[in-house]
Amino acid sequence: MATNTMTEAPAVTLAGVSKVYGRGPAAVQALDQVSLSVAPGEFTCLIGASGCGKSTLLSLVAGLDKPTAGDIAVSGRVAMMFQEPALFPWLTAGGNVELALRARGVGRAERRQRTGELLDIVRLGGFGGARPHELSGGMRQRVALARALAQDADVLLMDEPFGALDAMTRDVLHDELDRITAQRNLTVLFVTHNVREAVRLGDRVVVLSSRPGRVLEEFPVSIARPRRIDSAPVAELASQITDRLREEMSRHGG
Amino acid sequence: MAGNDDRRAAQEGWVADGAAPASTALAGLDALDLAGRPGGGRGRLALRLWNAFWPKVLAIALVLGIWELITLSGYKKEIFPGTGPTLADLWDQAKGATLWQAVGNTLQSAVIGFVVAIVVGSLIGALVSRIYPLRAAVGSLITGLQTMPSIAWVPFAALLFGNNNSAILFLIILGAAPSIANGLITGVDYTSPLLLKAGKTMGLHGLSLWRHLILPASLPVYVAGLKQGWAFGWRSLMAGELIVLVFNHPTLGALLNDDQSLSDLQGATSIIIVIFIIGIFVDGLFGAADTSIRKRWGLV
Repeated sequence: MATNTMTEAPAVTLAGVSKVYGRGPAAVQALDQVSLSVAPGEFTCLIGASGCGKSTLLSLVAGLDKPTAGDIAVSGRVAMMFQEPALFPWLTAGGNVELALRARGVGRAERRQRTGELLDIVRLGGFGGARPHELSGGMRQRVALARALAQDADVLLMDEPFGALDAMTRDVLHDELDRITAQRNLTVLFVTHNVREAVRLGDRVVVLSSRPGRVLEEFPVSIARPRRIDSAPVAELASQITDRLREEMSRHGG
Repeated sequence: MAGNDDRRAAQEGWVADGAAPASTALAGLDALDLAGRPGGGRGRLALRLWNAFWPKVLAIALVLGIWELITLSGYKKEIFPGTGPTLADLWDQAKGATLWQAVGNTLQSAVIGFVVAIVVGSLIGALVSRIYPLRAAVGSLITGLQTMPSIAWVPFAALLFGNNNSAILFLIILGAAPSIANGLITGVDYTSPLLLKAGKTMGLHGLSLWRHLILPASLPVYVAGLKQGWAFGWRSLMAGELIVLVFNHPTLGALLNDDQSLSDLQGATSIIIVIFIIGIFVDGLFGAADTSIRKRWGLV
């Protein structure tokens, strides 16, 4: 179902992936035959109403869970960000980043230096010694981003990472994410239920159906960057996608 | 993919439609976000000490007041120890060597027993929380042990070890270890699934997952378990010392026992006060550890 003609091998490939939770009559089909191919460096947004299995899909790609059927291939390392920052409260901001470096065997001296660099990238240079609870929600989510970057991943999975933030903070973090993913040539799978956010960030928006989750339609986003979430082209494409989503939702209304 | 080149271009000609650059906007947002928060202002030391101190002073005054009232009411006048004479008795005992020896011996047993209980309890807790079949069998056993009144073990310990300090240590360990094990097991169980997910995607697994995630995450509940373990161990110790009398080895329990034999209600009351003071002091230590962890985690 890939829309792009690729010269490089895809960074993430899902082929006929299904996921069923439970057994017998109580079984819930979260994903049904999802096929998706993401090129290296591509920013793909997944969007859908509740029950479309967006988060399940990310868990499968992250290897936290196994698909019931189908194949998943990921080239390179995977890092994941959640809606909550999920920082370890017993460590400082710097300590959280450093632990990710340590988990992949970076030596002590190098860890210190890299931690400083990573915090600089998310513009939290002076906050390495702060505890997570001393930071604002947006700052915590940036520490989580630095921690994800510390894993030196090629593929970054983001599960509604800005969902809990206010609109202004989210707006600025979109700019930051644009900059960082471009600089590091990251492949991103970004789950959101905010259509405008998807259009603002993505090279492609994949719309999923609900119960079970299937790929309904893909929308390539050819709007030039830098983009603004409140610009006309973004709004226009977003309303197209919203219409498609509404159509899908009304199917469930009976 | 073309989008990526776009993003790269975006990064060079950064300012979008005349908006302020993201970096300065972000710095401003951070400053605004943090400005509304209470800073690390600690307040004056004297004030903090006073705040910690006055409830305790009030409690002591209350106890002394009620005690004095009972004395004044003339209840069991012949034997009921009055406030003044008892405190005088306590003062006398404090001037002698025996009380201090007893306090030293008792605390020594308490500390040794507690340390062994920490090792044993933590080991059992770690094994039980890791190995599922063990958990079903041993989990309920631990709870059963915890609810067992420690005094019920005294004859068993005395017969098994004889009238010596080993019997007393055995009682402390049996009293404290189940709570410590339970604390660790509960702490491990309550490790947030989200943090576990984050740790696993970070590449933590097996022993490193335990060391860097599960153990630190369970620390607050583990400390609560330690505190409860100490309380149970301390009770077991008192029960043991009262009954298992070791020759030429004064302990607080043995002094209480002496006072009972000599019908010295005043002496017994003095020892109770000493036991009470030690209890409060140790509880304060655990309280301080707990507060410091909560502060670091941002839970207070």
